Amino acid sequence: MSKSQSPDAVIIGAGVVGAACAYYAGRAGLSVAVVDRGPVAGGTTGAGEGNLLVSDKEPGPELDLALLSVRLWRDLAALLPADVEYEAKGGLVVAPDPTALKALRAFAEGQRAAGVEAAEVPGDGLRALEPHLAGGLAGGFHYPQDSQVQPARAAARLLAASGAAVHLGEEVTGILRTPSGAVRGVRTARRDLTAPAVVNAAGTWGGAVAALAGTELPVRPRRGFVLVTEPLPRVVRHKVYAADYVADVASGSAALQSSAVVEGTPAGPVLIGATRERVGFDRSPSTEALRRLAAQAAALFPVLTDVRALRAYHGFRPYLPDHLPAIGPDPRVPGLLHACGHEGAGIGLAPATGLLIAAALTGEPAGGVDPAPFRPERFDDAPDTGRRENTP
Amino acid sequence: MPTSPSEPPERSGPFDLAVVGAGPAGLAAAVEAARRGLRVVLLDAGDRPGGQYHRHPAPELGARRPGALHHDWREFTRRTAALDGLVRAGRVVHLPGHHVWTVVPEGTGRRLHAVAGPDEAAASVRARAVLLATGSHERQLPFPGWTLPGVVGAGGAQAMLKGGLVLPGRRVVVAGSGPLLLAVAGSLAAAGARVPAVVEAGTYLGYSGFAPALLRNPAKLAEGALHGGALLRYGTRLLTRHAVVGAHGSARVEAVTTVRLGPDWRPLPGTGRRIPCDALAVGHGLVPQLELATTLGCATRTAADGTAALVLDAEQSTSVPGVWAAGEAGGIGGARLAVVEGTLAAASVARALLGGGAPGPRETALRRRRDRLRAFAEAMGGVHRPGPGWTGWLRPDTEVCRCEEVPAARVTEAVDVLGARDARTVKLLTRAGMGWCQGRVCGPAVAALAGHASGEGAVPDRRPLSCPVPLRHLAELPEPPAD
Repeated sequence: MSKSQSPDAVIIGAGVVGAACAYYAGRAGLSVAVVDRGPVAGGTTGAGEGNLLVSDKEPGPELDLALLSVRLWRDLAALLPADVEYEAKGGLVVAPDPTALKALRAFAEGQRAAGVEAAEVPGDGLRALEPHLAGGLAGGFHYPQDSQVQPARAAARLLAASGAAVHLGEEVTGILRTPSGAVRGVRTARRDLTAPAVVNAAGTWGGAVAALAGTELPVRPRRGFVLVTEPLPRVVRHKVYAADYVADVASGSAALQSSAVVEGTPAGPVLIGATRERVGFDRSPSTEALRRLAAQAAALFPVLTDVRALRAYHGFRPYLPDHLPAIGPDPRVPGLLHACGHEGAGIGLAPATGLLIAAALTGEPAGGVDPAPFRPERFDDAPDTGRRENTP
Repeated sequence: MPTSPSEPPERSGPFDLAVVGAGPAGLAAAVEAARRGLRVVLLDAGDRPGGQYHRHPAPELGARRPGALHHDWREFTRRTAALDGLVRAGRVVHLPGHHVWTVVPEGTGRRLHAVAGPDEAAASVRARAVLLATGSHERQLPFPGWTLPGVVGAGGAQAMLKGGLVLPGRRVVVAGSGPLLLAVAGSLAAAGARVPAVVEAGTYLGYSGFAPALLRNPAKLAEGALHGGALLRYGTRLLTRHAVVGAHGSARVEAVTTVRLGPDWRPLPGTGRRIPCDALAVGHGLVPQLELATTLGCATRTAADGTAALVLDAEQSTSVPGVWAAGEAGGIGGARLAVVEGTLAAASVARALLGGGAPGPRETALRRRRDRLRAFAEAMGGVHRPGPGWTGWLRPDTEVCRCEEVPAARVTEAVDVLGARDARTVKLLTRAGMGWCQGRVCGPAVAALAGHASGEGAVPDRRPLSCPVPLRHLAELPEPPAD
């Protein structure tokens, strides 16, 4: 066992959130080590679609985080290699009928007040934006800030650019503590990494890391399936979804929900995602999830009906009971910080999360976003509904 | 609920047993299971039974002796005749042209969904038990020039010959590794091609270490001698511990370069030799086809040849209750072993579903035969297992994934710079394996470059779709009952 390095902080997790924490901490002048039991982007990051969405978020702390992140991603895209496939393609949310359109309009009004750009598109104007969209839709809203990256490459490039010492394939088996209980590093099978701060960026497995540090974080898995078609010419230009997606994202229900977000990719395949259901870490295939995604995508874009799906994959979103991530120092364990629980928005929220963590590590004020709503200890005084539903 | 309205209900089940694949293992299993009183459905991607092994010319080609290229042809025709009889008697439903794309639990059994026929119609059947006889595909290790026209798979060349009576060229170098190469070279030569060389990366000397296993399998020994003898007659040179490391030509292959290999398959400098040819048939043995099995959650092991194969018990059961397997899915072992395993698996399913006592004398004898053939297959697989040094013949610009045109340099960048440690992450970072073949061709090579020595035991990802499925099929799946 080697015991040489003593960085300023150890980050557990080489997904997009860990990579962003490493990047912004490094930029703030800190030396950082990143540890992961698997490869880069081996967990939920690698199973994501790379959505950078503001359109699906209601006004509040998560939207603030998303708006900051969208700006930061634009800056990062200029610095990182082009293969992160950053595309400011914009989102298009469509309403099937006047009632849904009215609800969407009210939702967009609130978002606008919070700084989101949203432009109403009348029903007969939708085809100008998306020529292959189904007919008969009541209208929609165009969200130019919605954008896209290829998530695994974005995480890998961000991590490579961070300058962090990266230890992959090394599972953290223990959190080192001082006699007074403060964190002083991590232990893996191969080494002790001592550091005055440890950041838990273990995503869906963040609850297990918190437990290693002797504390609690009620992160639960929320399974999602994504369907991938054969390569096509550009038939879908924006991120397109039906208005009921917003309700699904915000839902706390354990049952299967789905509203397909349909989008093209630079490589050609169309991505159709994603379902949401809380079934623990169940990896068995679900034809019902695939049925819903396919049916909804074909309803939005009839041209997709006879296109072949080449593959489907699933991932487990890290889910906290109030749908907000845990970001910042954990007052229950000095030296421990959390950056996990971003549910399906980890790619989108990663840069702002990294910035908040870097600020917490250096003691500087965080620019622009109030970290208070993301306090990791906020569940101490609330009943943990998520846990009960997930117990068989 | 009948999901194919055009078909009478008895064709969609429920069946006792669904056999996936009608190669040697699946065919033997379907016949045996039906004879034991089970209602069987046999689903196969091919149009006619026989699989890749007993591939035979379409009747319209009017081949006079379709069996001339096959071992065990008589046994095969007997078995297809038995299948035909059982189909006529209504005891087996044979569904050719059915690509099974997923198997999901339903009630106490499982439902199999398939894409059927040239029109890609949706079909599904229900069965109490599933027997996977999904066979194998060829293992390819890329080298500079392997994408040139005229370079074909060794198994592919054999299939072309058996299925269409077509030769890949007039002067065909046969290269790669494994017992198949001699058979391919023999078939090509017998069909009139000139085979200047068989280039084998392993060494047959390795067989001597397994003399006991060989001696217990006199049929295998005779087969080998037959190939060897025939090739001598045709003047074919046999180069062992050699590999083709380059195919040259502008529009089509005109020559190949061979080199001598070190014990770990690293090319030895200064040993290059050019052999003119107009085709190259190349392959490094076979890889079990496990997409359906791994998606079902069946446990795998690393076989002696370095491939991932299913873990099977003495009953041919996988680790998943209700799912059996036979033939190449449990480890590459050839058609004779597949037939024995198919028969045993069917017997085991019958016992599980219908009850019945301990295995009788015939089954006991078959089990002994299976164990012998399995031991032999493992021994031979070890001899031809790719050495880790093979990646030494790649150049940075050598295409590793042909579907997505990913060169070796991009894969090594993903591993060395970007933090990939396995084939899955390489795929995410480079798109290698994301194209039409879904990694069947480049999988072993990508896994090897990702750090697994020679790509061993690279288990395919769980894949809810084991082949391309029209979106319409998915959209029209029956909705689950509201409750």
